[in-house]
Formats: sequence, structure tokens, C-alpha cells
Amino acid sequence: MPLLVRFLAATLSLAVGGLVAWAVLGLPESAGLREAVTAQMDRSGVSHPVTAVLLNFRGYDTLLEVAVLLLALIAAWSLRLAPPGRSPERPGLVLRELVRLLVPVLIVLAGYLLWLGAHAPGGAFQAGALLAGAGVLLALVEVRPLGATPPFALRLLAAAGVLVFLAVALLAMWGGRLLEYPPEWAGLLILAIESAATVSIGLALAYLFRGDEPTTHREGGERT
Amino acid sequence: MDAIAQLSLAAIDVVLALALVGLAAGALSVRSLFTGVVLFVGLGLLLALAWVRLDAPDLALAEAGIGAGLAGALLLAAARRLAGPVHRERIGDDEEA
Repeated sequence: MPLLVRFLAATLSLAVGGLVAWAVLGLPESAGLREAVTAQMDRSGVSHPVTAVLLNFRGYDTLLEVAVLLLALIAAWSLRLAPPGRSPERPGLVLRELVRLLVPVLIVLAGYLLWLGAHAPGGAFQAGALLAGAGVLLALVEVRPLGATPPFALRLLAAAGVLVFLAVALLAMWGGRLLEYPPEWAGLLILAIESAATVSIGLALAYLFRGDEPTTHREGGERT
Repeated sequence: MDAIAQLSLAAIDVVLALALVGLAAGALSVRSLFTGVVLFVGLGLLLALAWVRLDAPDLALAEAGIGAGLAGALLLAAARRLAGPVHRERIGDDEEA
């Protein structure tokens, strides 16, 4: 039975793969939307075409992406925590010192990537991933830098990306349409959205790793 | 000189493509969860290189950071929880000495 299933799965995979390859190879030569994007670049507020598409021309998709990440976090928070998988050994000296060195570097790099996104590869998701990496490292050595922050504030920060994005999208309707930023403000608005999204993405990914909900009493005495 | 550069780039692409398929097959077929996750992280890092070769550095950054790094960390944490308490205690006894 499993062998038959495997055989069928392999046949199906090969068929779909072949079909996709055939379709891609059969595509006519085309620059896609490259020219349309290039023509509108000076109205986008940024000089990196990928950021212009993600945050301006197709901002709707990115708004939904940030919302999906928030939904995933809410879903994880509403599940009951699995039995703690924390390893019983104390984090060693090497790990603790490494984290001490790496976390400030990661935070600076996240800010750099966020700023860089306007004119080179970078942006909110990459910067947020670095922040989350710092969060994962801190969780590994059982340091809780946000342990004293009220849970409500943490939840608000996790939602900040979606909230700021939505606020900007709705504000743009005043004298325009949804997500149509006025060109002279676009750069600033994109930076505001990306900054909020960076914090939210970092927080969401780090909390997905830890798996627990922010609470007041549980974190209490655990800070190092 | 130019031809040599072209040829070596093509060779790198072939090795990259084969390694990607190999790592994917390995990650799916290996028995130990931990090994599977390690192979998956390796796959993510090579995939980031593949995106660089396809002139998509934005995707490469996201793949290396989120696809390999954070997804790898999440999968490792999940694998550790699935391993259960017996495994963890054994590690603890070894380290405590």
C-alpha cells in the first residue's frame, strides 16, 4: 500500500513538474511588467524596484502577507503550549558570550537592512528575520529582554505592522484610493510601514519560536 | 578568459541544482528528524545561493533568513519537543558531570 502510494505520488510529481517545465519553456520572450515598473519608478518614493513593487505598486499583497503572519501568531497563541522542550542543561558560557556579542550586531544589521530597502535589496521581512534571530538567540540563553513589558504592549507591537499599514492605506483614500500614496509622501510612508512591519515580524517570528503567549505572572523571576 | 568564467559558472549551477535535489530527497527520506532538519537548513542555504544566481538577491536574503534560519530553528524546536523527555534527560546527565 505505501509503496503504491509512493509510486503514484512520484508519478504525479513528475507529471506536474514536467507540465510546469513545458509551460515555462513555452513562454514567449517578454520583459513582463519590468517596463511598466521602470516607467513609474520616480513616483514610487523609493529607488529599488523590488521595494517599489512590494510596498507601493502591489502593496495590497504585502499588507495581506503581514496580516497572515499576525494570524499565524494569534493561532499559535491560542493553542495550548506543548510540554516544555527546553533542554535541562544550563546554557553554556560560550553560548551566553556569543549571544552577548551577536545580539547588538543583529539589531544594528536589522536597522541597516530596513534603511537599505529603499534603494537596494533589503527591507522589512529581511530586517524582521534578523530581529527574530536575535530573539531566538536570547530565548536559547533564557534571557527575556521584554519580560518587564506589559503583555498588552507586546500584543500591540505584534499587531503594529498591520495597524500602521492599514492606517496608511486608509489615509491614502483621503483624496485618492486605497493604498495609493501621494508621490511626494510615498518614501516616508513606506519607511513608516516598513519600520512597524520590521518590529512586528521580528516579534511574531521570535514568539513563534518560543511558542508561549506574553503573560505577566509566568515570566516573573526568570530574568537573568 | 571569459569562456572559462562562463564555463565555471555553468558548472556551479549544475552542482547547485543537483545538490538541491539531493538535499531535498535526503531531508524527506532520512529517518532521524534531527538529520532531516539539518538537511532542510542546508537546502535553504543552497536555495539562497540559487536565488543569487537567478539575480534575485532580495529573495536570497529572505530565503537565508526566514527559510533556512528561522524555519530551521522552528523545526529544530518542534523536533526537540517531539523527542520527548527521555532524550532530554539523557543529554542532561551527560552534561551535568
